[in-house]
Amino acid sequence: MSILPSAAVRVPLQTAETTTVGSPLLNIAIFGLFVAITLVIVLRASRNNKTAADYYAAGRSFTGGQNGTAIAGDYLSAASFLGIVGAIAINGYDGFLYSIGFLVAWLVALLLVAELLRNTGKFTMADVLSFRLKQRPVRIAAAITTLAVCFFYLLAQMAGAGGLVSLLLGIDDRLGQSVVITVVGVLMIMYVLIGGMKGTTWVQIIKACLLIAGAFIMTVWVLALHGFNLSTLLGAAIETSGNAAITSPGLQYGVSATTRLDFLSLALALVLGTAALPHVLMRFYTVPTAKEARRSVVWAIWLIGAFYLFTLVLGYGASALIGADRIKAAPGGVNSAAPLLAYELGGSILLGLISAVAFATILAVVAGLTITAAASFAHDIYASVIRKGKVNPDGEVKVARRTVIVIGLLSIAGGIGAQGQNVAFLVALAFAVAASANLPTILYSLFWRKFNTQGAIWSMYGGLGSAILLIALSPVVSGGATSMIKGADFSVFPLSNPGIVSIPLAFFLGWLGTVLSRTEEDPMKQAEMEVRSLTGVGAEKATDH
Amino acid sequence: MGSHPIGPAAGSGAAVDFTEVQQTEQFRELRKRHRSFVFPMAVFFLLWYFAYVLLADYAHEFMATPVFGNINIGIILGLLQFVSTFAITMWYVSYANRRLDPIAAELRHELEEAAPEAFIDPAGDKK
Repeated sequence: MSILPSAAVRVPLQTAETTTVGSPLLNIAIFGLFVAITLVIVLRASRNNKTAADYYAAGRSFTGGQNGTAIAGDYLSAASFLGIVGAIAINGYDGFLYSIGFLVAWLVALLLVAELLRNTGKFTMADVLSFRLKQRPVRIAAAITTLAVCFFYLLAQMAGAGGLVSLLLGIDDRLGQSVVITVVGVLMIMYVLIGGMKGTTWVQIIKACLLIAGAFIMTVWVLALHGFNLSTLLGAAIETSGNAAITSPGLQYGVSATTRLDFLSLALALVLGTAALPHVLMRFYTVPTAKEARRSVVWAIWLIGAFYLFTLVLGYGASALIGADRIKAAPGGVNSAAPLLAYELGGSILLGLISAVAFATILAVVAGLTITAAASFAHDIYASVIRKGKVNPDGEVKVARRTVIVIGLLSIAGGIGAQGQNVAFLVALAFAVAASANLPTILYSLFWRKFNTQGAIWSMYGGLGSAILLIALSPVVSGGATSMIKGADFSVFPLSNPGIVSIPLAFFLGWLGTVLSRTEEDPMKQAEMEVRSLTGVGAEKATDH
Repeated sequence: MGSHPIGPAAGSGAAVDFTEVQQTEQFRELRKRHRSFVFPMAVFFLLWYFAYVLLADYAHEFMATPVFGNINIGIILGLLQFVSTFAITMWYVSYANRRLDPIAAELRHELEEAAPEAFIDPAGDKK
């Protein structure tokens, strides 16, 4: 494909500068306004942060509707918005496959995980996993997998931030982008330090409303330009791209037998990963009852489903109105399709609004991930393992706050390193790690009476280890044109997503470890967990202030 | 023990015997109702999802078959995934409201009345 010549021809939309669209000042002003408003809200929300339940679980005081919106805010990351719109714009139907996996996955959470988890846990995923197994080893393993998933997810968001800025502010050198990633990281640390879970939740609710509203307006606009007819829109996309294949699957993943298998691997990771994402699981603790947890998921499914329908229109809209070549040539590459479309439709102002929303998206998701990772470290490793439960909640929260700073700094460093990767793709890796390391143990411990500590340990470390090892040996890391490490090739594993190997392996190891173990778990604990998970007896209620 | 406010060891004689509760007719009915809905449904939507994924992956020609205008079978099947997800969600909510919640609430109240001291709001000791 000849990217350069056609890009040079088609860029006349911007005459003075080719690297920026819209007005950087306006973009910064709108984003600054968002930060100012949300900071005030976070400050107000943080007044009641007294206990650990307040800091980690927002006092369990959110309603199902509020939490569902926050879940959508947490879930619809920059990967969903920038990554999927870009993927559809360039690869057509294959981008759409991402959104379907991301949505259907919620049924796993709804049917098998959300309510049972709300009934048995307190703050973190490890609370549930270690409920009836040996506390120390299981908690340590669960905390490690939580931190690993959060780290991958954080990388993706930070890389998205870098790409976005390069487009919006005309900063396309590495140093400039790194500065912006640092600013995003510092802001996020402030939100989480001050606001805790309550503040973070409000940021997510506001962001979800803005994002869905913004996508809705653009969707209606794109449809209006094509007579509210999906077929006409697809026709226009085919015409611009000159390739009828963009409306059917295969452009990206149909190239060879390996890419087909890679797609299957991705599909498996997407559908099984969601219900094992620690930052999503932690959101279920912010509501007072399991019934509200169910309501949250239902809200989330409607909002997320609607949003992904919008991205279908936006992706093909970008494909029709802008064209794949111009998107690829723009700074930010694939991830710039949505902002470019906004500019095409509504000029500088819509672009400013949409990019502020995209920034806010990154900020909110990063905040949610950070509080999850911090809670996991402080609650599971520090309080339960290092101090063996002999710590007052104030001390625990203090440790959590310090961890926030450390994680913030780590993610800034990682984000600087991960610049230029497709964010939807990086997020898919986080899903694969979550589905391999966490999901088997979650399901086994909820539904399989005989499951024991050895099974949990084998499954979690085996799933995590195999997923990470396969990623390290895949073309993502070395040997490909877009690999992280250039100039080296140790890619023994041909697929870029490890799910198809690591997920079944983790399920198998959980079974094998269990049947080979000679120690039996306490049947009383198993009975207690099962009764509590289904009835909600003894579950933590909302705290009043 | 900081992690579980109540446990078999924590009670002083009045603790609930959960193995006994687990054996009651009522609880077994609740578990049966829950599993007999969520397991078949999970199997169904996973099969339907993977059938779709395999078609998208290996049957490009079929998926590209035009139905009307530029809308092809692939687009329609993809949109049907959305429809089935919404439908299963609503189905489950109505099932849970009718068949699960009443019996779960009844059991919960019985347990809480039988041993109120075992179920004090665990957040209480966190203040």
